Amino acid sequence: MSEIDKMPKKAPFSMQIDLSKFEKATEEEKKQQDVMSESTTFLKDSMRKLFKNPLAVFSIVVLVCIILLIVIAPKVVPYGYSEMLQVNGVRDKTAQNLAPMTYSENELAYMEETGEKLFPHIFGTDELCRDYFIRVVYGTRVSLSVGLFASIIVLIIGVLYGSISGYAGGKTDLIMMRVVDIIYSLPDMLVMILLSVVLKEVMPDMPGVLGKLGSNMIAIFMVFGLLYWVGMARLIRGQILSVKENEYVLAARTIGAKPGRIIRRHILPNCLSVIIITTALQIPSAIFTESFLSFIGLGVQAPMPSLGSLANAARGGLNSYPYKLLFPALMICLIVLALNLLGDGLRDALDPKLRK
Amino acid sequence: MSNEEKNVQKLVEVNGLKQYFPVKSGFGKTIPLKAVDGVSFDIMPGETLGLVGESGCGKTTVGRSILRLYEPTAGEVRYNGELITKKNMAEYRKEMQMVFQDPYSSLNPRMTVEDIIGEPLDVHKLYTSKGERRDKILHLMELVGLNAEHATRYAHEFSGGQRQRIGIARALAVDPKFIVCDEPVSALDVSIQAQVINMFEELQEKLGVAYLFIAHDLLVVHHISNRIAVMYLGKIVEIADADELNDNPMHPYTQSLLSAVPIPDPKIAKAKKRIVLEGDVPSPLKMPSGCAFRTRCKYATERCAQECPNLVDRGNGHKVACFNK
Repeated sequence: MSEIDKMPKKAPFSMQIDLSKFEKATEEEKKQQDVMSESTTFLKDSMRKLFKNPLAVFSIVVLVCIILLIVIAPKVVPYGYSEMLQVNGVRDKTAQNLAPMTYSENELAYMEETGEKLFPHIFGTDELCRDYFIRVVYGTRVSLSVGLFASIIVLIIGVLYGSISGYAGGKTDLIMMRVVDIIYSLPDMLVMILLSVVLKEVMPDMPGVLGKLGSNMIAIFMVFGLLYWVGMARLIRGQILSVKENEYVLAARTIGAKPGRIIRRHILPNCLSVIIITTALQIPSAIFTESFLSFIGLGVQAPMPSLGSLANAARGGLNSYPYKLLFPALMICLIVLALNLLGDGLRDALDPKLRK
Repeated sequence: MSNEEKNVQKLVEVNGLKQYFPVKSGFGKTIPLKAVDGVSFDIMPGETLGLVGESGCGKTTVGRSILRLYEPTAGEVRYNGELITKKNMAEYRKEMQMVFQDPYSSLNPRMTVEDIIGEPLDVHKLYTSKGERRDKILHLMELVGLNAEHATRYAHEFSGGQRQRIGIARALAVDPKFIVCDEPVSALDVSIQAQVINMFEELQEKLGVAYLFIAHDLLVVHHISNRIAVMYLGKIVEIADADELNDNPMHPYTQSLLSAVPIPDPKIAKAKKRIVLEGDVPSPLKMPSGCAFRTRCKYATERCAQECPNLVDRGNGHKVACFNK
C-alpha cells in the first residue's frame, strides 16, 4: 500500500480538498524547501545593499573621480595654483582671462616657433594670468579636506560627549545637556569672525599647511570643534537613550555583562548607522560653511584658493566670464550632491529593519 | 506544613518586595509610583509558579526586581536561603535567568545567533577553547529545536517563535536553576504558543529548572503552572495550586478573571455567567485606601476602606487577601 492510499478519503459531497490528489514530498524535495541564505557579516550585508542602490553607486563613482582628480591633476598639469603663466621664462601678460581650452598670443607664437605642444588651459585663466583648472583643483582639495577634518572633529567630540551623557543619564545627563544648550545659543558666525581676528593678532605666522591656509581656516576648525559638535552630541545621546531601553540590553545585564561590554557590543553597534550617516551629511554642511565664509572674504588666505573664494572672485566679471563662476559652483554642487546621496544610501543600507 | 515538606529547601524566597518608581509631578516634586507593593512568595526547585494579572499590575516589575534589573525599594530576595544583595548578585547571574516578552527587541539585530547564545558563555568564561564554545552553542540550539545551520544567521531572519527559542537558548546557556519567563508567549500566535509552552515543559523535565511564569492568559498559566499567584495593583491577592485556584477561586478579582476565560464549547459558554467588573483600574499613583480592589468590588465594606487585608491561608496553601470571601 503506497503512502497515497493511506490518506483519508474525501467524502462525496464535501467541500474538503481531496487529499488523495496530493503526493507526499520526498526527503529530497523537502530539502529543496530549506532556502538557505548565505551567512554574511553585518558589514558585508550592508555593503551589498549599498551597491544595489544606483544613486549611491553613482555618488561613490563621482566622489572617487573627484578624489582621483585632486590627487593626480597637480602632478600632471605643469602649472601651479599661485604661479602666473610664463612663456620661455618670461611672464606672459597676454594670458589674462583666457576662455577654456585656448592659448594666449605669446604661447601660440612660442608653439609656432619651437613646434613644442604646451599643456592646454582646460578652464582658461584668471585675471592674474593663473591657470584656472589647477586653481579649481586646489580649491576642491581645500574644500574637501576642510569638510572632512571638520566632520572628524565633530564626530569625535560629539560621539564621546553624547555617549557619556546618554549612558550615564540622570543628573550627569541633565548638566551635560544644559551645557549643550548654552553652546547652541552662541552665534557661530560672530564667534568665527572674532576668532579669526584674534588669531591673526596672536599667531601671525604659522608654519606648514596651517600657515598656507591662514588664520581664518584655523578659526573655522576651532569653531567646528567648539560649537558644531553639539548637534552630533544631541543626536548620539538620543540614539543611545533609545537603544539603551531595548530588551537586549536588559538581557545582557541579566547575563551579567559589564557596562563596558554592553556599550561596546550592544549599544554602539546599534548607533553606528546614525553615526556614519550624520558624519557623511556633516561633510557637505562643513563645505558649505567654508564656501560661504570664503565667499564673504573670511575663508582661506590668498593665494590659496577654495571653491567659495573662487566663486567670490568670479563675481566681479560675471558678465564677461560666466564660466569662472560655473566651474567652482559645479564642483560644490557635485560634491555636496554626491555626499548627500551617499549618506541617504548608507542610511538605507545600514538600517536592519529596511533590509529584506 | 508537615516535617517532610519543611526539609525541601526553597529555591527562591521573595519577602515583602517593594518597588517604587519616582514620578515627577510639577516642579521638583516627585511622588512614588507603587509598581510592586509588598509581594511575598516562594518557589520550590523544579516548580512553576504562574503569575497573572492585568496589564500594568506589576507582574513584569516583580520578575525584574528579583533579578536585580531594578534596585528594589524594600524587601528581600533569597536564593537557596542566601540573601541576594547588589554586590553578590553577579555570582547569581549564573543561577537565575530571564526570557523576555518581545522576541523582536530582546535579540541584538547586529549579532549572529551563535554570538547571542554564546554571550553568556563569554561573560562567565564557561569554555576553554573555541571548539568547546561552538559545541556548547550547538547543543543549546538542539535543545530548543534550532538547526545547526541557523548559527551564522541574524535574528531578523527568523520568525517570532524561532526568535523566542533563541532567547530561551541564551537563558539556558549558563545552566540556570531558575528562569523568570516574562510573558514569553504573549507576542506569539496561538499555534506557536503551544509549541513554545510544550518546549518549556520539556526543558523543565530534562533540566529540572524552576520557572516564574508571568502571563496574562489564564489558560496558558493553568496549563504550565503548579501554583498560580494573582496580582492586582502591585499586590498578590490570591495564591493557590493551579487546579485549586481554577476550581475554587476565592478572591472576587480572581473570580472575575476566571469568568472572562473563553471556553471552546458554545453551550457551556452560554450557560456561564461573566462577572464584569465596574469602573477602571485605579491609577497606581492614587491608590485607594485599604484594599486596592475595593473600588471595583461588590462585597466591599467599611472595613475594606480602612484596613488592607493580608494574605491568609485558607488551608492547603490556598492564600487569599480578602476580608469578606
